[in-house]
Amino acid sequence: MSTLDTERPEPAPAQPPLRRRRPRRSTLTRASGVGLGLAVVWFSLLVLIPLAAVVIAAADGGWDTFVNTITDGDTAAAIRLTVAEAALVTIVNVVMGTVIAWVLVRDRFPGKRVLEVVIDLPFALPTIVAGLVLLSLYGPDSPVGVNVVNTRQGIFLALLFVTLPFVVRTVQPVLLELDAEVEEAAASLGASRATTFRRIILPALAPAIAAGASLAFARAISEFGSLVLIAGNQPRNTEVASLKILKYIEGDQQAAAASVAVLLLLVAVVVIVALDLISRRVAARG
Amino acid sequence: MADAIPTPLDAGPVQEAKRRVRSKRGPLAYTLRVVVIAYLFFLVVWPVSVVVQRAFAPVDGKPGGIGPLWERLTDPAAIYAFNLTLTVSFWAVVINTIFGVGISILLVRHRFPGRRVLSVLIDLPMSVSPVVVGLALVLTYSTSLGIFGDVLQATGLRIINSTPGLIMATAFVSLPLVIREVIPVLEEVGDDAETAAKSLGANGWQAFWRITLPTIKWAVVYGVVLSAARAIGEYGAVRIVSRGAEFNGETATLLIQNEYGAFNEAAAYAAAFVLVVLAVLALVVITVIRPQESHRS
Repeated sequence: MSTLDTERPEPAPAQPPLRRRRPRRSTLTRASGVGLGLAVVWFSLLVLIPLAAVVIAAADGGWDTFVNTITDGDTAAAIRLTVAEAALVTIVNVVMGTVIAWVLVRDRFPGKRVLEVVIDLPFALPTIVAGLVLLSLYGPDSPVGVNVVNTRQGIFLALLFVTLPFVVRTVQPVLLELDAEVEEAAASLGASRATTFRRIILPALAPAIAAGASLAFARAISEFGSLVLIAGNQPRNTEVASLKILKYIEGDQQAAAASVAVLLLLVAVVVIVALDLISRRVAARG
Repeated sequence: MADAIPTPLDAGPVQEAKRRVRSKRGPLAYTLRVVVIAYLFFLVVWPVSVVVQRAFAPVDGKPGGIGPLWERLTDPAAIYAFNLTLTVSFWAVVINTIFGVGISILLVRHRFPGRRVLSVLIDLPMSVSPVVVGLALVLTYSTSLGIFGDVLQATGLRIINSTPGLIMATAFVSLPLVIREVIPVLEEVGDDAETAAKSLGANGWQAFWRITLPTIKWAVVYGVVLSAARAIGEYGAVRIVSRGAEFNGETATLLIQNEYGAFNEAAAYAAAFVLVVLAVLALVVITVIRPQESHRS
């Protein structure tokens, strides 16, 4: 559900206080100081120390162990599959998400409000239920005769389901703000529909699309619950990284599990930075 | 002079022209509409409706309907699982709400070293894979291989494979939800009212209860609903830190997985149906609250 973190950059308010702050570095009273202390202790115990423990466990065996783990045949295959599926799902989301946002903002038809709820449903549904939901229609007792269990198509479908809202929900507000008059002006100056879309609309939407895409990619790469019932976990065929981590944990190989986890985090960071750079270039070219 | 001001009469034709532009949709618009509806139907609507249908369907020749569904849901194992889910979610939401409101006020209303770092780190938990969350907690709190394992062993306190671990895993994955709702509201309203209250002699607590809390009320409610929905549905992190066996750390989501794995699909669909209803309920509550919140601000 991490849709919103790119929309709201970070809660730090305007710049000016920075300079004014110098004479008094802290505005904490004694009571709020104690509160802050307690909050930081809880946050460290719950989040910071455990996450550090993962990095430590990955680094514990040294660089060689780390490399050996992630280049091991099955694990490397799982990571490749995860990244490939996530990339594919992100591409579909970029196209379909933008189209859905477009229809929701610009089109008018009865029942449109129902679609709004339908789009949020994949966020609200527990992931294991999402898996079960897809299995009930596209699983062993499928009423339509499609069975995606233990296939890569099944993984693709599950990822498509859980990442549905990201691009829609980041593009929609930007599209709402977008002035239709600019498009009309472009059209009246003789621009074709395709040109208007490419030169006017796309640059304006690019940052939002990239933000949604990176959220979708990050989610797809770390997805677990919806894949448990569907993926089937055949090594080198339908085993994704998160399920490989589970297998390592259940086999008491915590260091190996941590290595894959750290690698996934790295891939996610690289892709998010790359998408941000691309969107800036598109937006600047105009 | 007066005719320089556009009268409703002037606006009439313009608006009409605009409406005509709006209603003049090419085949492309209709194609996109059909594509979107079909996509959402096959990906979300149809599958979800099949689950609901299966929850009420006859099983092994026995008749379906509400009665048998109720029977499956009042099975002792199912009652235990939903009970555990509610207990764990309740505590996780309580912790996240107190922590979330507190840290939001500290981040917005106070200046202290490390504030910026903290505000970035707060968002971290939602971008970590649930499996990694589970792994992180195990590596820290498991008595055999955790960092704090020896301490926990000495005090006899069990976290992993026990309810505290479930609460921590659930609190971890839903941590930023309240904060993300409260911080923008606090930033928007500013601290004038609080300063005024304090200058009139109110102490910190009074200013909080009488001024701050009423202004962020709806944001908190919104965050609580989001956290509760997320907490009830958490699966991945919970799976790693819990034994997940019947009557032994099996939450509702773990029950679904176990029953489905044991080819007891009817029970899995019954529990899934309850979670679908809860999810839809949360969405409805959220759509009802949203306008109210924006109306207030």
